[in-house]
Amino acid sequence: MSEERDQILSSLRRSRGRSGPVDDATAETLRARIAGHKRNIVPARTDTDHPGLVDLFETMAQKVFATTTRVSDMAEVPDAIAEYLRGANLPSEVVMAPDTDLDAAPWADNSMLEIRRGVPDEPDQVSITSAPSAVAETGTLAMYSGPAHPSTLNFVPETHVVVLPASRVVKSYEDVFDAVREITADPESGRGGLPPRTVNFITGPSRSGDIEQTLLLGAHGPRRLHIVIVEDD
Amino acid sequence: MTVHSTSRNFKNNARDQLANEDLQAALNKARGHFVDGRSTARDNLPEFDALRDQARDIKNHTLEHLDFYLEAYEEKVRESGGHVHWARTAADAQRIVLDICRSVDAKQVNKGKSMIGEEIEINKALEADGIRPIETDLGEYIIQLRGELPSHIIAPAVHLTKAQVETSFRENHTELDEDRVLEEPLSLLDEARTILRKKYFEAEVGITGANLLVAETGSSIIVTNEGNGDLSQLIPKVHIVLASLEKIVPTLEDAATILRVLARSATGQEFSSYTTLSTGPKRDGDPDGPEQYHVVLLDNGRTDMLGTEFEEMLRCIRCGACMNHCPVYQSVGGHAYGWVYPGPMGSVLSPGLIGVDEAGHLPNASSFCGRCEEVCPMHIPLPKMMRHWREREFESHLSPGSARVGLGVWAFFARRPRLYQLATGLQMRALSWMGRKRGRLSSLPLAKGWTKYRELPAPQGRTFQSRWKSGERV
Amino acid sequence: MSDGPRVALFVTCLVDLFRPSVGFAAVKLMQDAGCTVEVPAAQTCCGQPAYNSGDRADTIAIARQVIAAFEGFDYVVAPSGSCAGMISKHYPELLADDSDWSARATALGARTHELISFLTDVLEIKAVDAAFEGTVTYHDSCSGLRELGIHAQPRSLLDGVEGLHLRELEDSNVCCGFGGTFCVKYPDISNNMVSNKMEKIVATGAETLLAGDMGCLMNMAGKLQRDGANVRVRHVAEVLAGMADEPAIGEPQAGGEPQDGKV
Repeated sequence: MSEERDQILSSLRRSRGRSGPVDDATAETLRARIAGHKRNIVPARTDTDHPGLVDLFETMAQKVFATTTRVSDMAEVPDAIAEYLRGANLPSEVVMAPDTDLDAAPWADNSMLEIRRGVPDEPDQVSITSAPSAVAETGTLAMYSGPAHPSTLNFVPETHVVVLPASRVVKSYEDVFDAVREITADPESGRGGLPPRTVNFITGPSRSGDIEQTLLLGAHGPRRLHIVIVEDD
Repeated sequence: MTVHSTSRNFKNNARDQLANEDLQAALNKARGHFVDGRSTARDNLPEFDALRDQARDIKNHTLEHLDFYLEAYEEKVRESGGHVHWARTAADAQRIVLDICRSVDAKQVNKGKSMIGEEIEINKALEADGIRPIETDLGEYIIQLRGELPSHIIAPAVHLTKAQVETSFRENHTELDEDRVLEEPLSLLDEARTILRKKYFEAEVGITGANLLVAETGSSIIVTNEGNGDLSQLIPKVHIVLASLEKIVPTLEDAATILRVLARSATGQEFSSYTTLSTGPKRDGDPDGPEQYHVVLLDNGRTDMLGTEFEEMLRCIRCGACMNHCPVYQSVGGHAYGWVYPGPMGSVLSPGLIGVDEAGHLPNASSFCGRCEEVCPMHIPLPKMMRHWREREFESHLSPGSARVGLGVWAFFARRPRLYQLATGLQMRALSWMGRKRGRLSSLPLAKGWTKYRELPAPQGRTFQSRWKSGERV
Repeated sequence: MSDGPRVALFVTCLVDLFRPSVGFAAVKLMQDAGCTVEVPAAQTCCGQPAYNSGDRADTIAIARQVIAAFEGFDYVVAPSGSCAGMISKHYPELLADDSDWSARATALGARTHELISFLTDVLEIKAVDAAFEGTVTYHDSCSGLRELGIHAQPRSLLDGVEGLHLRELEDSNVCCGFGGTFCVKYPDISNNMVSNKMEKIVATGAETLLAGDMGCLMNMAGKLQRDGANVRVRHVAEVLAGMADEPAIGEPQAGGEPQDGKV
């Protein structure tokens, strides 16, 4: 390895009163602790039925200045998004994730939206993605990078529209971590036994308080986060 | 590497900052936001204090077995295709970063906010090597224009007024229309956003810090509100993570516990706008993400703090709650502290990293009011450790000679009650007589520190002990 | 001979030297509540000045002195949150490794209380028989508040004082800037803190400022008087004991002569 590595580890062990690594029994305990990944306290505010969780998610997301709308199925999604963009005076040229989840919506039926699938460039103003999960506890979306999910779609354009099937709302971050572990273990995930490279927890649009503590939206990431909740459950 | 600090000059720094009207105006504006924010967040989460206890326990457990967890972490990073570099000193860390940048012929490096980056003075090192570092965090960008250090660990530009930001923008963004209006904070934000936007796509390397490292998965976690850290790590070819050793936690669940108290303690937000886990370089088939992922693990004095009375400082998660609630920080601002880490956490950490002879003033400039410890999400006993620094100074005779003599005389008497009562009896009668007309003294030899700004109430007359001894009762 | 608890008064150096009337007020309050109060002669100071200057050796010597002098009573009571905190919380820590003194320090610490909280929490006094006309405001001294949890107790007793009207002080829980040697080592910063405190005090419109620690009181009184503010400053014990006809802190004695006390 490297000299610095050895020096650091020896210094560390010396400070701990050891001449070498932890003994085998301890190592076994520590490995088990990692493998067991026990949950610590999860706030009780999420102890509610699923419709309650979706309501909680929506309320919390709005508190942090995301906007939301509800539709009853994927068929309504393109029109709902077109209407949102028109109402906010935003362009209808959008860059969309090449995500098969989104294929279920009848995009072609809406003539307003001009859609490009793929990775955003600097001039792109609006992106559309789906979200694999959402945490009700704090109104937080969870996004995983992958072949059909460029993470830059979450950050580059000024407006980010997210299609969220209500069934995907979960209670806590811990639920997302369990899902990430499943993906990691799933040979079909296409990630070679590794987790997604990037997991984004997104809670509202981008913001900054750096100028006299004035809360401003759209520092570098999206200024607007619009969530279309599809009531599929 | 010579450390550049003005901490020795703390007293003068403090005096200057007290007279700095812009700073005082800025601090007055900011204070309530942070204090009320944390208080409200705590009220809205019944489990908050229990989570703090668990967060402390997680860190204590990790520090107990830090070498194991670091090695476990390293293995996982490698498994995911990343590289771990161990840096004993700031100079080591600089060298590692420069080597990586040179290997991809980097001309520009985009930086998400990193306090470790400040600690190792990475911008200076990059510039000396002909590489342009671009700070993308709005606060860091502003102070980069002004050539200043951050004055707060999460709000780097909290010491500035809006007018000062406007001046800096006008002075530096000379390509823009002189007559443009920059009255509203939003116009300043938009200007910064536009200028930095293009720069996101121009760098070969992106450097971020890490709020947490997770041994279970080999992930690094950044907690931001702007999204600049994410843009800095997703677009360039190379992502470098600068992290000190004690950032590690065992599992994702442990990370979640700490994340629940971090933003709430820092700004009062329940969760930051962007909390991102990064694990290695992009996977085959990923349409974006960095091709290379490097983690620089920095020691720089931390392994020496382990096993000492300062170990508990290594639980710090850099939330800034202590300085938001500290009456000393709120009086003088962060720059007075003279180095990277201000406020109570800086007062304990800095002597450990740059030496007590350099940073000794910092743990002394505290009234031990205890508010910092009260709000610390990790229950770090900050006043206690400041007192330990004072003990170290006293033992090595670093405290000023006159103070030692004064203390020595006082202690001599305090340990001898009869002599003490004799001496003080006389003194108090004399002082009382001197102050009899007005009941107080406006000046007194040897008491300049007091009487510079305050009247000294005169003693009532005979001491309590003397009166009680002579039989006075109620 | 009373059946009530035997209490040793830890008078504190600032009360002893500058304002003995607070000591007598403390004695009166405890006697009225049924205690027998004694004042061990071998007391000088709790040792905080040495402790906070990093001089552990002298602090430990003083701690042993205090423990030896104050053992053997039912309670030790001090009219000061910081001194009571020093004895009850810090002495056991300081002497934890001393096999001879550790248990004694812990035992004494467990019996040591700040005055007001002693009355309310230990003796369970609900009200005192006192009158005080006028508006007052109350500053929460840091050690008492954060080390000993003293906040509701003085307010509950002041509530029962006839004629007294309490106006809450904004930022009552923010440090006044005394901090022992801090205020003379870093006078500019201390001044900033006490100036902020003064602003808030004056803003309440109260005629009298009360607190439970002489260091804070002298600091705030000194500033109020230097800046010409019309606020009287007293220790809360004086008001609760009905002994608030003494000149306030920093005010001249009647007749312009030092107080010799009644014999």
